[in-house]
Amino acid sequence: MAAPTLAKNSADTPLRKKRRELPFPLNLYQTAVGKKWVMALTGIMLLGFVVFHMVGNLKVYLGEVQHLSPEGEYVTDYDINIYGEFLRDLLVPLLPRTYLLWILRLGLIAAFALHLHSAISLSKMNLESNNRYESKRDWVAANFASRSMRWTGPIIFLYLLFHLADLTWGVGAASSEWERGEVYQNLVHSMSRPGIAIVYIVCNVALCVHIFHGAYSMFQSLGINNPVYNQLRRGFAAGLALLILVGNLSFPIAILAGIVDLP
Amino acid sequence: MSKILNLTLQVWRQAGPNKPGTFETYQANGISDDASFLEMLDIVNERLIADNKIPIEFPHDCREGICGTCGVMINGQAHGHERGTATCQLHMRKFSDGDTIVVEPWRAKAFPIVRDLVVDRSPLDAVIAAGGFITAPTGTANDANDIRIPKEVADSAMDAAACIGCGACVAACPNSAGQLFTSAKIWHLNSLPQGQAERYKRTEAMVETMEQFFGSCTNHGECSEACPKEISLDFIAYMNRDYIKAKVKNRRLASQS
Repeated sequence: MAAPTLAKNSADTPLRKKRRELPFPLNLYQTAVGKKWVMALTGIMLLGFVVFHMVGNLKVYLGEVQHLSPEGEYVTDYDINIYGEFLRDLLVPLLPRTYLLWILRLGLIAAFALHLHSAISLSKMNLESNNRYESKRDWVAANFASRSMRWTGPIIFLYLLFHLADLTWGVGAASSEWERGEVYQNLVHSMSRPGIAIVYIVCNVALCVHIFHGAYSMFQSLGINNPVYNQLRRGFAAGLALLILVGNLSFPIAILAGIVDLP
Repeated sequence: MSKILNLTLQVWRQAGPNKPGTFETYQANGISDDASFLEMLDIVNERLIADNKIPIEFPHDCREGICGTCGVMINGQAHGHERGTATCQLHMRKFSDGDTIVVEPWRAKAFPIVRDLVVDRSPLDAVIAAGGFITAPTGTANDANDIRIPKEVADSAMDAAACIGCGACVAACPNSAGQLFTSAKIWHLNSLPQGQAERYKRTEAMVETMEQFFGSCTNHGECSEACPKEISLDFIAYMNRDYIKAKVKNRRLASQS
């Protein structure tokens, strides 16, 4: 029996054709290595947001404070509501009210869109390059977080829409008592519903699993590699994910437990 | 004292490139634990031939872990569960009597199956052909110490050059990415003085050729664990760094460095 011979070898039939190169820096985004850079850089921006968001939210624990209003009177209000107002007033009078907030928001939306688009196109590339094994794989280095990025990502996206509807827009899942600008009250009204609180808890676990892999992975993608610091990268990612997890989970738990509540 | 093992093998059998394949079960009885994995397959094949059956086709050549020809998925791990060894260096003493061993070929779209456990790994050659060389004028060899290279640099280049091109990194990767292979081949030249002239041209060409065939890196780290030469993930980071440098430097202005 003659051995089967290949008319062509697999190097003659690439999975993808080389595309015409766009001018710099768009050519970076045409390649997977470049997309991973975009993924890492936008990931850092989103991580920065998540950390600041968590730290800002810690203000719910400060409760009510005395606050000097623009009219020059001392009023009592929840600290986090004052903080929310402060964010809208950032750089006033250099910029009109909410301008800087919107600049920051648009930056985040752009980062999120790029993060999402590069994730989708890289996943597509990976799925079409891959041939599944018929037998069971025995993973050595890949962990739950790294293998579930494709699942935790969409969960975070849906969670973001849910969270915006619930507390920013006051539509959909929002509680009937929702009132624009009343951050503290809205938060308590929303999360005192156990079902909603559980959604927050589950989604924040997914977020932190995503961060655990992302915050490690970004160093490799960006080529930040130094034998002196390499062993710290996993710990950094784990610490950051844990910090955000503890911070973010504390809110629904504190509200369910009645530690944070309305008079 | 060598022991005798009785094993059950589940081996992927496939008659040709586009033929259907399936796992066949074989009894491998009376295998000495001094045998290597490939020698065990040889014994099974001898018996198949004696029974007038078609032997299992598997890739092999030097059988001492330096050629990169052998390589199969053993119980879900590329080159088996032993770290830092190719399939030929995996010995049967690492298995126990009565074990069931599942043997499957490398799987990736870029590595079509030729027959049974043999795959076509020529896309790795395409990556090398794109820039994995130095266009140096040949002639009399330089004196060994003509070009001074710090020990650390020489070590790093040697670690990268240890790659035998077996394709286990692609096989182990959930995305079938060729990053570990390509980065090792790039870094072994990019880290040395001789490789500087073509450094950025090489990086660009090899990365872009790699991406025509393979998936992208999601930093699982499976490749480095599967690698019989234990090539470090660090090279992937170096490659990513050099690739961006290559794109940022407009090479028409390269003379200005």
